[in-house]
Amino acid sequence: MGLFTRRKTIFVDSDILVIGGGMAGCGAAYESRYWGRDKKIVIVEKANIERSGAVAQGLYAINCYMGMQWNENQPEDHVRYARNDLMGLVREDLGYDIARHVDSTVHKFEEWGLPIMKDPETGRYLREGKWQIMIHGESYKPIVAEAARKAATEVYNRIMVTHLLMDKTKANRVAGAVGFNVRTGDYYVFRSKAVIVGAGGASHIFKPRAAGEGMGRTWYAPWSSASAYALPILVGAKMTQMENRIVLTRFKDGYGPVGAYFLHLKTYTENAYGNEYESNWYENTKELVGDYIDRHPVPTCLRNHAILEEVKAGRGPIRMVTKEAFQDPHLETIGWENFLGMTIGQAVVWASQNIDPKHTNPELTTSEPYVMGSHATCSGAWASGPEDYAPADYQWGYNRMMTVDGLFGAGDTIGGTAHKFSSGSFTEGRIAGKAAVNFVNDLGNDQPQVSEEEYENLKKVVFQPMENYEVGRNEIVAGTVSPSYLLPMHGLQRLEKIMDEYVAGISSHYTTNEPLLTRGLELLAMLKEDLPYLGAEDLHQNMRAWELQHRVLASECVTQHTMFRKETRWPGYYYRADHPKLDDNDWHCFTLSRYDRESGEWAMEKAPVYHIVD
Amino acid sequence: MPTFVYMTRCDGCGHCVDICPSNIMHIDTTYRRAYNIEPSMCWECYSCVKACPQNAIDCRGYADFAPMGHSVRVLREPEKGTISWKIKFRNGHEKNFESPIRTTPWGSIKSASEYAAPNPDAFKSQELAHEPEALNIDKLPALTPDQLKQGVV
Repeated sequence: MGLFTRRKTIFVDSDILVIGGGMAGCGAAYESRYWGRDKKIVIVEKANIERSGAVAQGLYAINCYMGMQWNENQPEDHVRYARNDLMGLVREDLGYDIARHVDSTVHKFEEWGLPIMKDPETGRYLREGKWQIMIHGESYKPIVAEAARKAATEVYNRIMVTHLLMDKTKANRVAGAVGFNVRTGDYYVFRSKAVIVGAGGASHIFKPRAAGEGMGRTWYAPWSSASAYALPILVGAKMTQMENRIVLTRFKDGYGPVGAYFLHLKTYTENAYGNEYESNWYENTKELVGDYIDRHPVPTCLRNHAILEEVKAGRGPIRMVTKEAFQDPHLETIGWENFLGMTIGQAVVWASQNIDPKHTNPELTTSEPYVMGSHATCSGAWASGPEDYAPADYQWGYNRMMTVDGLFGAGDTIGGTAHKFSSGSFTEGRIAGKAAVNFVNDLGNDQPQVSEEEYENLKKVVFQPMENYEVGRNEIVAGTVSPSYLLPMHGLQRLEKIMDEYVAGISSHYTTNEPLLTRGLELLAMLKEDLPYLGAEDLHQNMRAWELQHRVLASECVTQHTMFRKETRWPGYYYRADHPKLDDNDWHCFTLSRYDRESGEWAMEKAPVYHIVD
Repeated sequence: MPTFVYMTRCDGCGHCVDICPSNIMHIDTTYRRAYNIEPSMCWECYSCVKACPQNAIDCRGYADFAPMGHSVRVLREPEKGTISWKIKFRNGHEKNFESPIRTTPWGSIKSASEYAAPNPDAFKSQELAHEPEALNIDKLPALTPDQLKQGVV
C-alpha cells in the first residue's frame, strides 16, 4: 500500500477534455476554442504534442482534399470513392461531413505556414492523385501543434490516460478520465463536462514481420496503442467494423509508402519474373467478390489479394518498377524526399542494402494487419451523425458523440469513415469540438460528477504493475523470469502471437475460421486474466503495461467482430476460410459490439448501411 | 533504425528526452547523458535526431535487416525554414536533399480566440470556424436525407 499512498493526486477540471494531441485532438482543441471562448479546454497527451501521433515524423502528402474551389471533386465523389474502396460499407453521412469541411482545414494549414506544393502552370495545389496533394510536411505536426497550444487552456504532456470516468448521477454519461504522468508518477484525475477521444489506433496487436530490434519499424507508429478503442470500449460505447483490419502493401522492411510512387511517379508493379500479374487473379477474385473487382479504382484489399496469390503461387517477390521513372532527376528527388518526409527508415534500409531505385527495382511486401480508423479502413466507435441529413438510425445526439453521453471522438477513434487521413482527422476533431461546445452549453446545471470511490480504486489499479514488480522482484535472483509477474513485453509478444496465429496474421496468410477464432478467444481470455499480474520496473514500463491493457481489449473486440461477420468482405485484408466469399445478402451491414465490463461479455448486432449518395 | 547517442557529443541537455514520441530517450544516471532505453520500440522518426543541439544522436539501421556502413544524417534549421539530408549508402554513394519546412515565422499562427466571436445563430448551424469563407466557395455543401437506399449500390 505504501506505493499508492505516496503518490500525489492532481485534479484538473475542464469543460472539454481532449485525450490525445495528434491531428484529431489538435483539431478538436482549435475548434472548441473558436466556439467556446470562455471554456476551459485541456489537452492530455502521452508524449509531447509537438511530435506526437501518427504524424510525428511528418507527411509528404495530404491525402484528403476535395479542391471544391476549382471544382476538382465534390464531397459526394469522396463518399463514392471510400465506399468503393471499403467494399460497399462506410458511414456515408460521416464521410460526407468530413469531405464537405476538409478544404477549409487544408486552407488554414497553408495559412499557418505548411508548405503545399503548387502546380506551376495552374497555380493550384499540386496533385499526387485525385484526392492527394503534395506537401513539404516535415513540420506538419509542429505547425498544427502550435495552433492547438494557442487554443488550449492547458496542455498536459507525458500523461498516459488509462481509463475514462463515468458520471455518478447519470449511468451512461462520461465525467472525465484518469491517468498518470510517465515521468513524475503523479496520478491525474481529469474532471470534465465533455470528453473528446482523439487517441491512436492499433499497431502491435498482430505479430510484426520484424520481430527483433526492427519490431519498432511497424507501418503505424508503435505508440499507437489502441487507446482510441479501449477507452470507449471499457465504458460500454458501441464499436463498429472492428474486424476491418488493414494490411498495407509497402516497400519491404521499411514500410515506406507507395502512394506517390504509383500516383505521381507512375511506377508500377511486376512479379519476380518481370510480368504483370493482377490479371492472373481476375477470375479468382471475381469468384470471391463478384463485380466489386470491376470497380474503379480497384479496391485496395483486392489489389493486396492479387499480390498474396501471386506470391503463394511462387512468383514473388513483387517489385516496384522504379528504374524508368528515376531516370528523371526531378522524379528521383520526389521519390527520396517522399521517404525523408514521412518514413525515414525506408531511406535507411535502401542506403544500407545499396538499393538505389534508379538501378534496382525494390521489393514490396504486405504488412502485418493494423486496426485503425483513418486510412483505407474504418474500425472505431459508433458515432452520431450530422444533424442536417444523417438518417434517424445514425442520429441520437450531438455530431460525433458515441453511444455514451458527453463522449465524443475523432480520427482513429470514430468508425465507418475511411480515407480521412491527416486532414480529415483534424477536420473530424473540429466537428467533434464544435459539437462538444454545444453539449456543454446545453448542460446547464445538470453537470456530471466523478465518484471519489471510483478514482481512488483506479489509482491502485493504475500503479499495480509497479507494486507487483517491487514485491515479486525479491523472489528471484535476477533476470526477467518471475513466477509471479509478466513484463509488458512478455504480454505483448503473447498477444501478437495469438492474434497472428488465430486471428489472421501474417503466418497464416491472413486466414482464419471459426475454430481458430474460438481458440483465439480462449487464449485471449487467459491473457486478460494474467494482466493484473503485469510487473513494471519503472514508470516507463508502467506505461507499456497500460498500452498492453488497451491493446488486449481492442484485440478481443477485433476477434469478436471477426467471428461475428460470417463472410470474407475484404479479401487481401483477411479471409474467413469457412465463409470464403463476400455475401451481400446477409452481410451488407455494419457490425456493432458492446462490451459489458462487469460480466466481460460482448453483445453483437448488425446495423443497416444507408446509402445517401447515389 | 534505432537511435544511439555519441558519448563525446552529448551534454545531457534533455531535448531528446522531451520530444521522443515513444518515451524511450532517457538520461543515463551514471553518465548524465541521453540514451535509447528501448530500441525495439523506436520508429526511426528522427524527432530526437532533429532536436539535438549537439548533433549527438544518430541512427544505425535495425539489426534485423539493415547491413552496416550506411548513414542518414539530417540538419533541421527552423529559423531558415529548411531541412537538409545526407544519405550515405553502404557502398559509399551519397545523395543530398533539402526541403522547406515552413513558410511563416514560428509562433505566428493567429489563435482561434483572436477571431471575432461567432454569432449565436451559428452555433447550431453546420458551419465550422471560418466557413464558408475558408472553403473558397459560396456555401457549405449539404445533403438531404430523402434519398436513403439500402443494399448494394
